[in-house]
Amino acid sequence: MVTREQCFEHLLLGKPPTSEGWLARLRSDAQTSAKALNFPSERHDDWRLTDLSALLQHSFQPVGTLAKLAPKDISGFLIPDTIRLVFVDGSYDAGLSDLTKADGNVDAGALTERLGDKQIEVHFARHAVFSEDAFAALNTSQFDDGAWVQVSGELAAPVHILNISTQRETPSAIYPRALVVMNANSRATVIEDYVGLGDGISFSNAVTEIVMQEHAQLQHVRVQREAKSAFHFGYCAVDAGKGSVYTSTALAFGARVSRHELHVALKGEGSEVTLNGLALIAGRQIADTHTRIDHAVPRCKSNQLHKCIADGSAHAIFSGKIMVHEGALGTDSVQSSRNLLLSGKAHIDTQPQLEIFNDDVSCKHGATIGQIDADALFFLKSRGLTEERARNLLTHAFAAEIIEKIPVPSLVESLGRTILDERMKAGV
Amino acid sequence: MINNGSRVLLEVKGLHASVEGVEILKGVDLTVRAGEVHAIMGVNGSGKSTFSKVLAGHPDYTVTKGSAMFEGKDLFSLEPEERARAGVFLAFQYPVEIPGVSNSALLRLAYNTLQTERGLEELDPLEFDDLLQEKIKIVEMDPGFLSRSVNEGFSGGEKKRNEILQMAVLEPKLAILDETDSGLDIDALRIVASGVNKLLTPDNAVVMVTHYQRLLNYIVPDYVHVMSAGRIVKTGGKELALELEARGYDWLKVAA
Repeated sequence: MVTREQCFEHLLLGKPPTSEGWLARLRSDAQTSAKALNFPSERHDDWRLTDLSALLQHSFQPVGTLAKLAPKDISGFLIPDTIRLVFVDGSYDAGLSDLTKADGNVDAGALTERLGDKQIEVHFARHAVFSEDAFAALNTSQFDDGAWVQVSGELAAPVHILNISTQRETPSAIYPRALVVMNANSRATVIEDYVGLGDGISFSNAVTEIVMQEHAQLQHVRVQREAKSAFHFGYCAVDAGKGSVYTSTALAFGARVSRHELHVALKGEGSEVTLNGLALIAGRQIADTHTRIDHAVPRCKSNQLHKCIADGSAHAIFSGKIMVHEGALGTDSVQSSRNLLLSGKAHIDTQPQLEIFNDDVSCKHGATIGQIDADALFFLKSRGLTEERARNLLTHAFAAEIIEKIPVPSLVESLGRTILDERMKAGV
Repeated sequence: MINNGSRVLLEVKGLHASVEGVEILKGVDLTVRAGEVHAIMGVNGSGKSTFSKVLAGHPDYTVTKGSAMFEGKDLFSLEPEERARAGVFLAFQYPVEIPGVSNSALLRLAYNTLQTERGLEELDPLEFDDLLQEKIKIVEMDPGFLSRSVNEGFSGGEKKRNEILQMAVLEPKLAILDETDSGLDIDALRIVASGVNKLLTPDNAVVMVTHYQRLLNYIVPDYVHVMSAGRIVKTGGKELALELEARGYDWLKVAA
């Protein structure tokens, strides 16, 4: 077992690709920030509930030679009729990607191929502020490549950013990255998908930045379904401009230990954000979700529903902060945390937090935690379902409320099926 | 329909049961044959709802003495789902809402579970939908209810109709209707009762648990039993229900 500092310093020893110009300067600044920030300590308020001892068993190596995957290796993860960008261990794979559905309303591809694009220079690493977050800094210093998506007008096909960890023999560190710029009045659906092949050990440290310009509308889906042996830290920063509408549906199913940080800054008047979240875990999994919504200007709306379902001896954590800043008049905010404990050894911590610095607001929040409803269980059994089947059905139903918010029916269907199948196989 | 030659479906003898250490049933005897309709009546707290839940296997109740044989099987050695698969059905007094599970999905899951148990083919969603379209006519239900979550946002009457729809799909040998008439207006009562009547055959049986006589105007019982203080204290024909309507229950009260 290594210390947090040793783990982090080891990660910083990775040799990222050589960059030039603005990116070289950013990487160097990020490296400096990362060293200064280091791994947050277990006393840090945002980290004290998350047991990282499983992560600290390993020292992670940079990805060496790139794995060559065949289409059949990823066939189980494909979503039909999407614009697909595939990243294998953090590097773009043009062969597995499919841009045939991309029309004139989208520019999508690998970040490193477009570094001359002024839009990228303007936005890259400006929203996920690395001077304040150690893992954003680590990613910015180490990333190999990432997804670039810029949308103007209405994009018919969803964009599917498929990040694959190949789970090598030695524990490896992977740095997925994405920058999504929604131009004024644009509309799109973007699916960020993190999957694992095999059951080796990997550490994914992902950073996503999303820019919502005036009146843009984005449906952002995030699916974390890494291998149960993997580690996953994801950080997403969203900048919401005037009248924009951002909807996130973020699901955490995989990884031994996962963390998802989602920060939404409502900076433009009348902007709206909806955050739907689900962590569904079992065994010894740990899933930590930290969200923050900043109401910085008047008349913005936020609506959040987060659900945790923990079975076995799993531990789910939800911390959701909503900050209503001075001057953010007419703020309308609703936050709800609903939780389901499936075993006596499972553990859920939930911390909804509202901080309000002016009067003219409507804010509601609440949290519930419970077990499978005994009356519903008996009812289902009295209709012939076994205890397991009945429990699975009720669990699935609780999860479905979030999963069904995904605006891509084929993904809703395949995720629903996967969850039921997995729970059947695991015999839980 | 009474036919003393028909086979015995359920035979309960000397049944005692308690909830949280309090004895509610104190020696119930009941024999139900195929083709029969029984009504169990009694005041609130007499034990009639407990009796129906005990037969279905509700986990809150403990059987302390006595037996219940269903087609020769010891009912109390079976889990609730095994009783359902054997052909016992309980229509709930307070149907449970299950957000996120569609009515049709649950019905198909339950139906296919029973089909497998009976050694018959499962139905795929399309085949099952054909079956459902037929079954909902029995309870005059709007097909829109099939795609909605089980009982979520249903009125009292719709929930009770939904219970009878489940009965229609699962085709139990013994249906126990626990206060299926409570909370129903006269139109809903008529629909629910006519649904039950359509499902009656010489091979199955119905036990209705009810407080009031009015349900029995629509589903005519072969036997009426009066339960008091955890025992059946009087058994008669359908005319007994009318007598209860006229005289109340007091004359039958036994010391608890």
